[in-house]
Amino acid sequence: MTEQSYPPNLVTDAVDGVRKRHRKEIRFRLLGLSAILASLGFLVFFIASIVTTGYGAFVKTVVLVDVDLTLDSLGLEDGYTPKDLEEISYRTVARNAIRDMFPEVSGRSARRELTGLLGAGAEFELKDFVLKNPDLVGAPQSFWMTASDDFDLFNKGGAREETATQLSSQQKDWYRSLLRDSRVKTTFNASFLTASDSRDPELAGVWGAIKGSFFALGICLLLSFTVGVLAAIYLEEFAPKNRWTSLLEVNINNLAAVPSITYGLLGLAIFLGIFGLPRSASLVGGMVLALMTLPTIIISSRVSLQAVPPSIREAALGIGASHIQAVFHHVVPLALPGMLTGTIIGMARALGETAPLLMIGMVAFIADAPASVLDPASALPVQVYLWADSPERAFAEKTAGAILVLLAFLVAMNMAAVVLRKRFEKRW
Amino acid sequence: MVIAMTQEMQASKIPQTGEEPATDRPKIHASCVHVSYSGRSAIKNVDLDIRANSVTALIGPSGCGKTTFLRCLNRMNDIIDGCEVRGNIQLDGEDIYAPGVDTVVLRRRIGMVFQKPNPFPKSIYENVAYGPRIHGLASKGRALDGIVESSLKRAGLWDEVKDRLDAPATGLSGGQQQRLCIARAIAIEPDVILMDEPCSALDPIATARIEELIDELKQNFTIIIVTHSMQQAARVSQYTAFFHMGELVEEGETKVIFTNPKDPRTQAYVTGRIG
Ligand SMILES: Nc1ncnc2c1ncn2[C@@H]1O[C@H](COP(=O)(O)OP(=O)(O)OP(=O)(O)O)[C@@H](O)[C@H]1O
Ligand SMILES: [Mg+2]
Repeated sequence: MTEQSYPPNLVTDAVDGVRKRHRKEIRFRLLGLSAILASLGFLVFFIASIVTTGYGAFVKTVVLVDVDLTLDSLGLEDGYTPKDLEEISYRTVARNAIRDMFPEVSGRSARRELTGLLGAGAEFELKDFVLKNPDLVGAPQSFWMTASDDFDLFNKGGAREETATQLSSQQKDWYRSLLRDSRVKTTFNASFLTASDSRDPELAGVWGAIKGSFFALGICLLLSFTVGVLAAIYLEEFAPKNRWTSLLEVNINNLAAVPSITYGLLGLAIFLGIFGLPRSASLVGGMVLALMTLPTIIISSRVSLQAVPPSIREAALGIGASHIQAVFHHVVPLALPGMLTGTIIGMARALGETAPLLMIGMVAFIADAPASVLDPASALPVQVYLWADSPERAFAEKTAGAILVLLAFLVAMNMAAVVLRKRFEKRW
Repeated sequence: MVIAMTQEMQASKIPQTGEEPATDRPKIHASCVHVSYSGRSAIKNVDLDIRANSVTALIGPSGCGKTTFLRCLNRMNDIIDGCEVRGNIQLDGEDIYAPGVDTVVLRRRIGMVFQKPNPFPKSIYENVAYGPRIHGLASKGRALDGIVESSLKRAGLWDEVKDRLDAPATGLSGGQQQRLCIARAIAIEPDVILMDEPCSALDPIATARIEELIDELKQNFTIIIVTHSMQQAARVSQYTAFFHMGELVEEGETKVIFTNPKDPRTQAYVTGRIG
């Protein structure tokens, strides 16, 4: 380096030391880039595997069945009333319809296999159809009916053998003949989003769980945002800084790291045990989730309050604003975007939380969507957990489908956080 | 308009102690003021009287405690953790550190312009209007517009911002922000205005404008200004106090301090030999 002229030539004199620094920088950048690529890869793999499995939950197989709706076969007489229509045994009608399509089938077990092509909800679909279109009664009709879950899996799996361990070879033959006649198709499965849980995979949907999650999150937001933000404002702006408040601060930080199931135990002991609130209710679920998110919200709110430059407080106090005016007119509005972001992230975590809900009984099989926060309810992650546990193979795709719905909500919430941040953010 | 407002405000001041203020009584009387930050003393034993309707300049090298002293006068040091103020400070004969003194009323009467411009991250209009609004001088409409306009005019900012009063104040240049802060401080028409290096970010023209403003304000108000510019101190002030290492070394009429200082340190500082 001693031969280096002074002043150094910009291009040729970028020797050793400088080169080394550049190489270091390049190495660091490459490392960072590969870390990002690796995590992106995992993410893509994760999403892709869930989407490919979960896609099936949003479509279903339907079969075109010729239903004999003549009065004779419905067991009706001329001059029937709408009430009579409701009392028909649609179960029998549906069975007869599918049997008539394969008249050659005989024998009890063969016939049972044949009716097993139709889903458990076939009779209700038929009933709804007839009640909605009473004028179609009296003539044979063709009608798309939901297929059973095994049949559905076989169809969606491209009729490969390994997708239909539950189907007999005879059933597969029927399927193929139906397919040849273009009597099988897949359609959008709206009921996955509008129906609640069911023992039958082809009827099961996430609506009840969505509603339960919605109620629980609503309660959670209400409680944890108001309490959390007010606590943060008090602690940060008004509380004296002494040993007690620092003890409090340490404890709040610790609470944020407590395993969530502990909050479930707390809720079980206090909300159910002492206050006697109803089990499995989304009200209690929301309260437990609020306890869980409270520390997160307090911490993020305090951080965003601390980030407001002290000169803003001084400016307000300096022209004679009272302490509370300075805080609420100037400091809080500036901290609000940070508070909202923290809250939404806390909410997103609460949305995905299962453990505390298990403890307060939000884990039961609940076939009706909750009508109020006091009704027994489940929640999306709990639904995922329940379905993942079910033996029927068709629930596997339901599980993935429910995860997709959950992810969609999470993405929506995080986007909301970004939008809110952008909207309220002000530079100073 | 402004005059009417001033009268209205006179009526809303802290009740006076009763006796007619003697003409020679200082507006602010500070004696034995000690300030320490977490036990580290910043200024010690400061005795200073501020005469009403005059400009007092605080000068001294950086870190000597000028800002600290200034902030004692409107109790802005209260909000600094670990800052302890001892001694006696009186405004019109009333102890401002007495129990029961409301800092809101105190700061309503003693306004402050900070060393670093600190506009609210709101609109220009909102910055000036905030003070009058919270003090109930005018809540909205014409009256408030009038206060905003006259304050901005007096701070020499009106012509630059009159077309964009709704623009964010943080979008102004540093010097404009400082003038906005001055406008904000005078909008509530305080008795005393504390100015901490108001011109440090300003060009000579804006500085001249502010000095004019100070001249004009001293008819009705008492002004204390911290400055690093000897020329400015000499131009605008009638009294000067020289601080050095936390002590008040010398104070008196500006003419005397600059031409015939008693203390050698003052002599050295005003002639530019220390600082
Ligand atoms: N908030 C604070 N906490 C702790 N020490 C402080 C604080 N503010 C000021 N000090 C100390 O008090 C002393 C006086 O500071 P001050 O700000 O009053 O100086 P100054 O005369 O205004 O200086 P300058 O001309 O640079 O503004 C300095 O030694 C400083 O370090
Ligand atoms: Mg200073």
